[in-house]
Amino acid sequence: MPAVAETLETVQAATEGGYKWGFSTDIEMDMAPKGLNEDIIRLISARKNEPQWLLDWRLAAFAVWLKMDEPDWAMVNHPPIDYQDLHYYAAPKKKAGPKSLDEVDPELLRTYEKLGIPLKERAILAGVETPDDVMPQVAMDAVFDSVSVATTFKATLAKSGVIFCPISEAVQEHPELVRKYLGSVVPTSDNYFAALNSAVFTDGSFVYIPKGVRCPMELSTYFRINARNTGQFERTLIIAEEASHVSYLEGCTAPQRDENQLHAAVVELVAFDDATIKYSTVQNWYPGDSEGKGGIYNFVTKRGHCRGARSKISWTQVETGSAITWKYPSCVLQGDDSVGEFYSVAVTNNFQQADTGTKMIHIGKRTKSTIVSKGISAGRSNNTYRGLVRIDRRADGARNFTQCDSLLIGDQCGAHTVPYIESRNPTAKLEHEATTSKIAEDQLFYCRQRGLSEEDAVGLIVNGFCKDVLKELPMEFAVEAQKLLAVSLEGSVG
Amino acid sequence: MLEIKGLRASIDGKAILNGIDLVIPPGEVHAIMGPNGSGKSTLSYVLSGREGYEVDGGTATFAGQDILAMEPEERAAAGLFLAFQYPVELPGVNNANFLRTALNAQRRARGEGELDAVQFLKLARTEAKRLSMPDDMLKRNVNVGFSGGEKKRNEVLQMAMLRPKLAILDETDSGLDIDALKIVAEGVNALRGPGFSALVITHYQRLLDHIVPDRVHVLANGRIVKSGGPELAHALEAGGYAAVIPEAA
Repeated sequence: MPAVAETLETVQAATEGGYKWGFSTDIEMDMAPKGLNEDIIRLISARKNEPQWLLDWRLAAFAVWLKMDEPDWAMVNHPPIDYQDLHYYAAPKKKAGPKSLDEVDPELLRTYEKLGIPLKERAILAGVETPDDVMPQVAMDAVFDSVSVATTFKATLAKSGVIFCPISEAVQEHPELVRKYLGSVVPTSDNYFAALNSAVFTDGSFVYIPKGVRCPMELSTYFRINARNTGQFERTLIIAEEASHVSYLEGCTAPQRDENQLHAAVVELVAFDDATIKYSTVQNWYPGDSEGKGGIYNFVTKRGHCRGARSKISWTQVETGSAITWKYPSCVLQGDDSVGEFYSVAVTNNFQQADTGTKMIHIGKRTKSTIVSKGISAGRSNNTYRGLVRIDRRADGARNFTQCDSLLIGDQCGAHTVPYIESRNPTAKLEHEATTSKIAEDQLFYCRQRGLSEEDAVGLIVNGFCKDVLKELPMEFAVEAQKLLAVSLEGSVG
Repeated sequence: MLEIKGLRASIDGKAILNGIDLVIPPGEVHAIMGPNGSGKSTLSYVLSGREGYEVDGGTATFAGQDILAMEPEERAAAGLFLAFQYPVELPGVNNANFLRTALNAQRRARGEGELDAVQFLKLARTEAKRLSMPDDMLKRNVNVGFSGGEKKRNEVLQMAMLRPKLAILDETDSGLDIDALKIVAEGVNALRGPGFSALVITHYQRLLDHIVPDRVHVLANGRIVKSGGPELAHALEAGGYAAVIPEAA
């Protein structure tokens, strides 16, 4: 009850309208010229002082990408992307190792403030000494455009042996781990956008949880696209050794822009025997205006590999932003008795397009997967669930449960469900449930008769519709997610 | 409290109310009885502002305000409550949360302070207990999986929490067994007082044995054709509508 109760307050607090996080920050940028070629890749690699093997890896990915075509099977439409018209590297100019608040660019601090990063954490981000006992239980790795400006709580995490740092730093300090796992879940040739990311990724997070360790806090990254025309290509790699446990959250906001901004991230998760990785996303990138102008293009490849027996990978996502979302967080269930979960809320309003879902690949015996997808379409938007459940020949006793619900607001939007089911093992059990509904007039009237405004009533009904997914989010972020749902549906009724 | 003059209303161009005149003074409970299709539910929806109900003429003044010009939520905040004949299910929406949201929305609209979670729960538990509702009804989703009787009791709980100036009970007795009927009636009676009026819409005398009205009106063909004291309901029970509605004979 508490989380939902607070929804209402947040729903009410959020009624001021518009894209309230649509601000941008003026900080001097160190920017590479537009365009994509081997020289740009060499420049990125050199700026990051990367070892030769990584440069070679990038160049190989680039060679693969050049031979690939942009995929066209998703239910999304957009003008052709000119990949030569983008900047592939931008770093805020920073002084070496800010040690106190005074040394940090005040503009950057103001950005943190607008992002709602608590004062205490801002101080830590800025390198101010803080005693351990007052630390909040959320560690954050802030990605400001392409370079991770600061990483928090590293010391506390280090005590338990957890590594949580920008991947560029991991390349320097833990090259053996990065080299071993990078591209091992999502190979460079996996798809067009993954190949592009592999060639030009600039930063992202690296997490390593040693054997038997339960990560003492939620790990959180705030991504933010801030430079004009800068494609953002994060690369995230999370490794959970045997019997370890980690919960990771990414939340995104972006400044309002006229031009479309390209985003193509790759996230790789590896879970060994008895390990659990919970990966939660609250995505709120600029969706474009009510006329369909502007907005982020979000082409993401996220995949988790349950390598060990009884391992578990759980994806939870609340997607309210972006003009185009192309995203299928997936699980490869290789270990016997491993478990994959996908909980998703995708909201589209105005002219947004979302083609999202998951893939559950059952390889090990008695592997289990659960898919709960809630799609909400309003305005003239299109919302597609696309999901694959594949049961391998060897996956005796595999089970899947899929539930796809769509909620329509208004009569100009679209909801589509495209399930693919491939079962090669007769002992597998698969269930698929799907519903499509509209917010009923009698529900709205009932709420309004009790005193709720129409928009509050929609927020309440939508949050109720999404409850099964929202309850999977870490508590700290459930409220933010509920608020986003309300904000993104403003003006969709009446 | 409520003053209706010459109210006419239609649905999809079909006239349903053909000139209703009705005055409910503060503190009084009035009952409206009438055959199916006489316009009873339409009257409740027109007063509460449901879409699709066209007002073609007449006025309705509630607590000094022209309510026909107000949004449904404004009417609610002004103190008008409708207990639905068919309470609506809200999947995934917790009953306590719904009630608290509604209560605080109304309080805000009236410029009153909001109740925090602790104050609210205390109040809700007290009222639920009085209506013999188990605590877990507050935790369940609004009307989802409720029996007919539970839904009606939930309506009365909402009414008790929202403390309206005027409650319209639209066939709240339908689908209730005698025990539930008594509980619902007690819920309404508990609110009776100088600041509370009610319009009880019903088919049957039996509810009026428990909620004794000050006045009884008979609605037929969109008009009030006869008014009287509680004894009128008894006469209807004994002789049917034919006794009081000449054209229904």
